[in-house]
Amino acid sequence: MDDLRDKYLAAIANAGDESTLEDLRVQAVGKKGEISLKMRELGKMTPEERQIMGPKLNALKDEINSALAAKKQALSDAALDERLRAEWLDVTLPARGRRMGTIHPVSQVTEEVTAIFADMGFAVAEGPQVESDWHNFDALNIPGHHPARAEMDTFYMHRAADDDRPPHVLRTHTSPVQIRSMEAQGAPIRVICPGRVYRADYDQTHTPMFHQVEGLAIDKDISMANLKWVLEEFCRAFFEVDGVELRFRASHFPFTEPSAEVDIRCSWADGTLKIGEGDDWLEILGSGMVHPKVLMAGDIDPAAWQGFAFGMGIDRIAMLKYGIPDLRAFFDSDLRWLRHYGFASLDQPTLHGGLSR
Amino acid sequence: MKFTLSWLKDHLETEASVAEIAEALTDLGLEVEEISNPAERLSEFTIGKVVSAEKHPDADKLKVCQVETDEGQTQIICGAPNAREGITVVVAKPGVYVPGIDTTIGVGKIRGIESYGMMASEREMELSEEHDGIIELPSGEVGERFTDWLAVHDPAKVDPVIEIAITPNRPDALGVRGIALDLAARGLGTMKPAPEAQVEGQFPCPIAVTIDEDTREGGCEVFAGRLIRGIKNGPSPEWLQDRLRAIGLRPISALVDVTNFFTFDRNRPLHVFDADKVTGDLRVHRTTGGETLMGLDEKEYTFGPGQVVISDDTGVESIGGIMGGLSTGCTDETTNVFLEAAVWDHVQIATTGRALKINSDARYRNERGIDPAFNMQAIELATQMILDLCGGEPSEVIIAGEVPDVSRAYRLDPARVQSLVGMDIPEAEQRQTLTALGFRLEGDMAHVPSWRPDVMGEADLVEEVARVASLTKLEGKPLARGQVGVPKPILSPMQRREQAARRTTAALGYNECVTYSFIDQASAARFGGGGDATMLANPISSEMSHMRPDLLPGLLQAAARNQARGMSDLALFEVGHAFEGGEPEQQHVQVTGLLVGRNGPKDVHGASRPVDLYDAKADAEAILSAMGAPVKVQILRDGPEWFHPGRHGRICLGPKKVLGIFGELHPRVLEQMDVKGPAVAFTLFPAEIPLPRKKSASRGAMTVSDLQAVERDFAFVVDTQVEALTLVNAAAGADKALIEDVRVFDEFIGGSLGEGKKSLAVTVRLQPTDTTLKEADIDEVSKKIVEKVEKATGGTLRG
Repeated sequence: MDDLRDKYLAAIANAGDESTLEDLRVQAVGKKGEISLKMRELGKMTPEERQIMGPKLNALKDEINSALAAKKQALSDAALDERLRAEWLDVTLPARGRRMGTIHPVSQVTEEVTAIFADMGFAVAEGPQVESDWHNFDALNIPGHHPARAEMDTFYMHRAADDDRPPHVLRTHTSPVQIRSMEAQGAPIRVICPGRVYRADYDQTHTPMFHQVEGLAIDKDISMANLKWVLEEFCRAFFEVDGVELRFRASHFPFTEPSAEVDIRCSWADGTLKIGEGDDWLEILGSGMVHPKVLMAGDIDPAAWQGFAFGMGIDRIAMLKYGIPDLRAFFDSDLRWLRHYGFASLDQPTLHGGLSR
Repeated sequence: MKFTLSWLKDHLETEASVAEIAEALTDLGLEVEEISNPAERLSEFTIGKVVSAEKHPDADKLKVCQVETDEGQTQIICGAPNAREGITVVVAKPGVYVPGIDTTIGVGKIRGIESYGMMASEREMELSEEHDGIIELPSGEVGERFTDWLAVHDPAKVDPVIEIAITPNRPDALGVRGIALDLAARGLGTMKPAPEAQVEGQFPCPIAVTIDEDTREGGCEVFAGRLIRGIKNGPSPEWLQDRLRAIGLRPISALVDVTNFFTFDRNRPLHVFDADKVTGDLRVHRTTGGETLMGLDEKEYTFGPGQVVISDDTGVESIGGIMGGLSTGCTDETTNVFLEAAVWDHVQIATTGRALKINSDARYRNERGIDPAFNMQAIELATQMILDLCGGEPSEVIIAGEVPDVSRAYRLDPARVQSLVGMDIPEAEQRQTLTALGFRLEGDMAHVPSWRPDVMGEADLVEEVARVASLTKLEGKPLARGQVGVPKPILSPMQRREQAARRTTAALGYNECVTYSFIDQASAARFGGGGDATMLANPISSEMSHMRPDLLPGLLQAAARNQARGMSDLALFEVGHAFEGGEPEQQHVQVTGLLVGRNGPKDVHGASRPVDLYDAKADAEAILSAMGAPVKVQILRDGPEWFHPGRHGRICLGPKKVLGIFGELHPRVLEQMDVKGPAVAFTLFPAEIPLPRKKSASRGAMTVSDLQAVERDFAFVVDTQVEALTLVNAAAGADKALIEDVRVFDEFIGGSLGEGKKSLAVTVRLQPTDTTLKEADIDEVSKKIVEKVEKATGGTLRG
């Protein structure tokens, strides 16, 4: 019996492939295999002999089966190892290409501004870019002869010879949206109006189209002090700098009274602007208390309601915050610029997650 | 508006420094743009005395000078011809910056001898062009600061010049006295009394003036004039020339300089005619159109109808309130002068000035508004000054029209001022401020001074009080939210759609562009626009003449620019408005994407291939889905002509409701727009997507079957023009309950199928809901599918 065991264990150990192993299984423990035949002989044995041989034969059969299984696993492992060795790839080759899209800074900053003002209860209003002369000027207390009209470098739309209405204009500011919002909603109201605006000016720092966001808040007791707080909060949140300091300067806009231009404390060093430090002041926006005539144009009673309005350039604050040097490049669609200054699709600005990375 | 400190001090008694004045002006709304202060620039120059001057041993033209300075005697080598013993000079010691030569003085050796500074000429200190030698002062103590000496002996040279920006509402600040008044109200000094004059006329004015009846209204309110005879014109005195030069004006002659003085001193434009060149009387009237005048600027102007001018018997001699005529202008030979002080309608001035394109100081002031009540004093003051400078004998003053009454009063409501500004300004202070600005308070009514045309209501009083109280000092006060609690969402469904579209498109690998809303006519015309309704009347260039009818031309131009820079594979998009007409409501939002070239650079994986319309379609579908468009849509043909006629589709809900268009761009359009293809694009219309009906956020229960789904493949041979969607819809209609999905997985054209035929293979997925499918059930459905498809497409099951 030991011979039998040694013979098969040696043969199994030497088996080079699965078919040899299968042959050995049939020879040893198959139906007619040597060990199976021996087990059949147990019946002819005396009970005493059977007591001894039975367990021995069973043990031998188990041992052979285990050896077969172990060898089978070893062969399969070796085969897999061999295959894996052959499957070597150069992992330094570049991956399959994937285009990376970007969001334009104007869109990103508009969303940032929206997120901040939404938290203060301002909705977003939009309106026409081709605007009536009345909405763009008269309703905002800029009558036809007002010098501000000439100073605004207005684009006028062509007017057919048989149409005697004053020509429409490309809106020079988003203020007409304030008028339309007041007409539609009445008071109280809080809206911001972001969008494209147009002025006939093109040089180093001006483009004939740019973006503005204006804000309007009308209620029973809103004051200029509230305006200052709102703008301070906005600038702190937008520029993501705690120590923002604003300076209000008396100024004049036809649509607000009193009016103030707002400067932000900053420093210029080596061509880099830093907000919230230094001794320079940079003008960033215009603002004031809404003129009674403008409230009336929006069908709101100036004796009962009061509030503020402000406006600033979206492109401009984008340039300040993200250090973008040239306004003209905003509208040139140079792929290199879009990639460098653009934002990832999932970088959606929120107040809880932060506005910028 | 420029003025000098000494000019300001003509009107304002003040000890305030230039810096304090500048800060107050900016805060008051008179924003300081520039301060030029020579005293500051030259503060380190001191006075010295040359004790000895000997010839340099090694240079003929140089002298070795011993100079007494505040730091003792020092040695200076000097090349000036006038350097000599005993003269009083201006010394720049080592370390002093000399602006005229842009150099900081150091200790140096000149031809072997040490020099410890320099003695300066006027040009080196930028005081004048004088450079013939070093300055020799007639007086001055050693060690005294040169600027202090100048302040006493030649103050004009160290007079700081302040330039401020004037907002259109503040014509009063276009005169130095108006600026002084603002500063006095702020507490930076006290007003000096205004000069007054009353000159008796010696004879009747020989020139009469009339204003036409139709010109009184909206033309000329009042015209005052007088003749001054026997004057002697010539250069004005040094002090007046210095003033004018300091603010950038060229002194011309005494007569002209007097008018310029009042223009800037009191915001009071005046005009002087050479009376000998005036023929007959003067008449203020409206033009009929076509008249011409050679202006003082030596340009010829042709008038339109209705403009207000001053004529004599020979024709137009002056454009009222805007510019005089050359032929009646004063010269050095003028001996008889006719002086004019008039009040013109400011709207008329603005329109005429704009029409004639004249930007004169007179127009600038008259269109913003001068002080009408000052008119009669102005002519007296100017007469007095002419008499002082030029001599002569004045006539009586003649007047046409009447000085307009601009008196008005508004109620001052101190509580409202506090409520609007949000600042605690006591009533007494409010009244005090207004009084200081020239308002007259009667009870709670504030009477507006005649020089403030901008104050037209109660709100203007608030502004006056607030700006004098200083907005810089305003403290922010929190603005409570409109509603208590967590803020509600504020974006409209359309705004959310645009945002979703923008971020999804970027996530699909497109770069967002913002292109101009106006494009050239040819490009606009190619994309269904370019008509007169969307044309700008005054475009900035022919490249920007028409409102864009579509976003594609702008993106194609962007693509062409990028290709010119060597970037050929592009994925660009824009979300923005297109304009179908020229009325305010004729705009709509588009989401437009453009793919050009290959889907990526060539790579080892062989994944790079030219973009095709199915790329555009996949992206269009993904973005529509992100915007909440329904899944079930129709794809129709016959879209706009800028797409390839056979390779585009309109994504529709019914024939009239177009959600978007995708496809390959027409090769001719690419050629015209200079873009190297292939190029595919999509344009989506977010506003066309129906709003969801349901209001609840709930998704509803999920229904899934545990029973095994079965898939069967079918291939049909159909004509090549048969569309896959027809086949898919037919198959899906065979058993709507059982068939979950029909998917095209193969298309094969030509070959053994023959000309004009193609094979389309679909996988049909059957999902039973109550019992497991048996072979017989499957066969039955299969039969129906084949029948339906064959009927709908005229094709046959491929054997």
